[in-house]
Amino acid sequence: MGERIGFFICHCGVNIAHKVRVQEVAEYAATFSDVVVSKDYLFMCSDPGQDLIEQEIRDHELTRIVVAACSPRMHEKTFRTACERAGLNPYHAFHMVCVREHSSWVTESEDDATAKAIIMVGAGLERVSNQEKLYPSTVPVNPSTLIVGGGIAGMQAALDIANAGNKVYLVEKQATVGGHMLQYDKTFPTLDCAACIGTPKMVAVGQHRNIELLTYSEVEEVSGFVGNFRAKIKKRARYVKNNCTGCGDCANVCPVMTANEWDVGTQRRKAIYIPFPQAVPVQYVIDKREGKGGCIDCGKCEKECKAGAIDHDMVDEYLDVEIGSIIVATGFDPMDPTPMAQYGYGKFKNVFTNLEFERISNATGPTAGKLLKRSQKNKMKFTDPPKSVAILHCIGSRDINHHEYCSRTCCMYALKYAHLLKDKCGHDTEIYNFYIDMRCFGKGYEEFYKKVQMEGVRMIRGKAGSITEDKDGMLTVTAEDSLSGSLVKVEVEMAILCTAMEPRSNAEEIMRKFGIGIGSDGFFQEEHPKLAPVSTPSSGVFLAGTCQGPKDIPDTVAQAKGAAAECLSLSGAGQVEIPPMISSIDEDVCVGCKLCIGLCPYGAIEFNQFSRISEVNTALCKGCGSCAGGCPSGAAKVRHFTDRQVFAEIDGLLTN
Amino acid sequence: MSNYEPKIVAFFCNWCTFTAADLAGTSRLSYPPNMKIIRVMCSGMVDPKYVIKSFLGGADGVLIGGCWPGDCHYINGNLKARRRVALLTELLKQYGIDEERLWLRWIAASEGTMLQEVAQEMTAKLKEIGPSPMNKSVDKVVG
Repeated sequence: MGERIGFFICHCGVNIAHKVRVQEVAEYAATFSDVVVSKDYLFMCSDPGQDLIEQEIRDHELTRIVVAACSPRMHEKTFRTACERAGLNPYHAFHMVCVREHSSWVTESEDDATAKAIIMVGAGLERVSNQEKLYPSTVPVNPSTLIVGGGIAGMQAALDIANAGNKVYLVEKQATVGGHMLQYDKTFPTLDCAACIGTPKMVAVGQHRNIELLTYSEVEEVSGFVGNFRAKIKKRARYVKNNCTGCGDCANVCPVMTANEWDVGTQRRKAIYIPFPQAVPVQYVIDKREGKGGCIDCGKCEKECKAGAIDHDMVDEYLDVEIGSIIVATGFDPMDPTPMAQYGYGKFKNVFTNLEFERISNATGPTAGKLLKRSQKNKMKFTDPPKSVAILHCIGSRDINHHEYCSRTCCMYALKYAHLLKDKCGHDTEIYNFYIDMRCFGKGYEEFYKKVQMEGVRMIRGKAGSITEDKDGMLTVTAEDSLSGSLVKVEVEMAILCTAMEPRSNAEEIMRKFGIGIGSDGFFQEEHPKLAPVSTPSSGVFLAGTCQGPKDIPDTVAQAKGAAAECLSLSGAGQVEIPPMISSIDEDVCVGCKLCIGLCPYGAIEFNQFSRISEVNTALCKGCGSCAGGCPSGAAKVRHFTDRQVFAEIDGLLTN
Repeated sequence: MSNYEPKIVAFFCNWCTFTAADLAGTSRLSYPPNMKIIRVMCSGMVDPKYVIKSFLGGADGVLIGGCWPGDCHYINGNLKARRRVALLTELLKQYGIDEERLWLRWIAASEGTMLQEVAQEMTAKLKEIGPSPMNKSVDKVVG
C-alpha cells in the first residue's frame, strides 16, 4: 500500500507567515504524489491545531505526517504525541521541518525564505516515508538525588526532596554548607540577618535523616543516564574524625595562622579550623597544604583533643552512589577587581569589595559587626568608623570590557550598605552611590530604594571612573554625573566596589562532568530561557541558583524549589522513557571487524564469539552514532538515522 | 554563471550546532538561504557516505557542525568527525572536489553569531570558487 502523507504548515501567528508564504508551500507539498492532505494553520501547536492533525489522520487514513513549524527542539514531542493519539507510531509517522528558526527568522527576503522553506519541506517529505516504527523503552527511576553545592540553592533543594521522603546526597566542596549567603550580613530588602534565616537551613540539612551531607567533598565522575546515574564522590581527608565535638581546644593551641577564606582574608584562622562559628558540620578540618599557612605537624592539637578525634594519617575516601537525578547548584565566584587598577583595590587600604564589606558588617567577621576603616599601617587592623563612604556600582558588570550582563543584586545590596552605614556609623555619615541605572525590580525593592533615599543617601548617576588616594589615606572618587553632564570629584574615607558575579572558575570542568552547556555569559545554560529554566540538555540533570546566572536569594530559592520539583516528578513517575534512537548492528551485514568496539565511548558494543559479529548492548548505548559513522560495511546504524532516511533527506535538499 | 547560488548541505549535531542555529533564529541573525540543515545527533555520526552522497547530488559545499573539542555530548564524537573529515578531504581532492568545499566547524549552543558568520563566509567562499564539478544545475561556461 502506498503512503498517505499529511502535510501541515504553521503560520506561528506572523512569526513564520510574515516571511514564508505558507499557502505557497502547502500548494507545493500537495504536488507530491503521496501527499493526500496539505494545509496551513495559524497555530499548529495549539489544541485546535493538534486536533486538526488528529482529525485528518482519522478522516484520510494518513500514514505519515510532516509538520513545518518551529524547531523540533520546541514542539517535536507535541506533534509526536498528537500522532500517537491518532493511532500512529510517532517515530514511523512523524517528521518536523524547522521553517521558523531556520528560515523565516534568519532570511531577509520573502522570496528567499519561501524558496528555502520549500526545499526543506521537500526534503522532509522525502525522508518521512523511509522512517521506521520504533518503540521507546521504559526504565525504573532511582528516587535518590545528588545535589552538587551546599549553598542556599543546594540546601533548599535538598530539604524539599528529603521532606518528600527521598534520599539526597548533598556534596559541598567547602568544610561547611552555607555558601555565599551565609557570608553576608543582612539581606535586602527586609534586612533579615542572613545567619538568622540561613543557619536553621544549615542545621536542618545536617540533621535530616534523608540527607547524607558530604562536606569537604567533590564529585569526581558521573556516568549513567536519567533515572540511573552513578557518581563517584571524593571525600577529602579532614584529618579530624567525626567524633569531633567542635570544642575548639585544638585551634587554641595551633601555632599556625593564615588568612581565613570564609572572611575573604579580612580575618585570620589557625591551620586547624572551622570556617565560622555556626559551621555545619561542627567538625574541624586541618589545612594540610604544603608551605606557608599549612599544618606543620607539631602534634599539639592531637595532644589537646580530649575526644581523640585528630588523625594526621587520614586519607581521601571515595564513595560510589546511585541516583536517579542530579541538581547542579555550584554558585558563582565574586569578581576580583585587582586588575582594574583605576580603582586601586589591593593598593588603597580602604577600598573594599562588597564581600569584604559584608564580612566587616557581619557579627562573626573581623570587627564583630562594627563598620570600621582599615588602619593605613596594617590591613588586618580596623580603627574607627568612616565619616564618608562611596559605593561604586557595576564594577565589572554592564561593562563590555568585562561582563556585558547585569549582576542583578548590586543595586540592592548597595542600598543595603548605605542603610547599614547610616545605621551603624551615624546618620551624619556621608554616603555616595555611583550608579548607571537603579534596578530595583523585586518585591519590596522599589520601596526599599525610596526608604534609603529618605535616609539622606546621595545618588550620583554616573559610573565612577577612578579612585585616587592622598598621603593621609583620603580617597577621591571621580565620576561623570550624567544628569548634570559635569565631572564630579568626591572625597571619602572608604570606598566599596560592587563587583560582578562571575561563573565559577571551574565551570567548564563541571560542564563536562555533568554533560550540561555553558552560555555566552559563561554561566550554565538552561534548556529553554523561559519554559525550561532548570532543565539541561542532559535529561535528569537540573540547575539551581547562580551557577545558571546572577540572581538574588528569593530567585535562587525559587529556582532550587523548581529543580527539586523536577527531581520529585521524575521519581514520582517511577519510570522514565528512554528514546529509541540507539544503534543497531545488522547481523547480516556485519563482518565482525570490531572497529565499532574501539569507537564506542560507552563500551556498549560487545563481540559475540559464537556468531562472530558485534552486538549493541541497548542498555548502555546512547545513540551517538560513533559506530555508524565509522562502520566500513554499513552494518552499524543509529535508528531514525539510517542511510535510507538520511539519503532521502539529502536527495530532497538537492533535487527539489 | 551569474545566477549561481551555491547549495550547501549542513549536518549539525543536535546538542551544539543545531541549537546554535535555533539561537541564531531566536536572535534574528540573518544569513544567506543557501545553507540547508540536516539534524544529526552527533557530528561523529556523519558517515562519509553522507558527504559523498551530497556532492554526488550536486552540493557545492558540505558543512559539518559539532561541539567544541571536550564539549561533545557523547564524550568525543566530534574528534572522530575531525579525523574522518581529514581523511575525506584527501579522498575528495583526488576526485576533483576542492578541499574548500568541505568544512568542519565547532559551534557551541551559545554561538548563534558564529553560526551566522560561518553561513555567510561559506556562501561567499563557494560563490568565489564557483560551482562544484558535480553540480549539474548550473550552466557551465565552456571555455
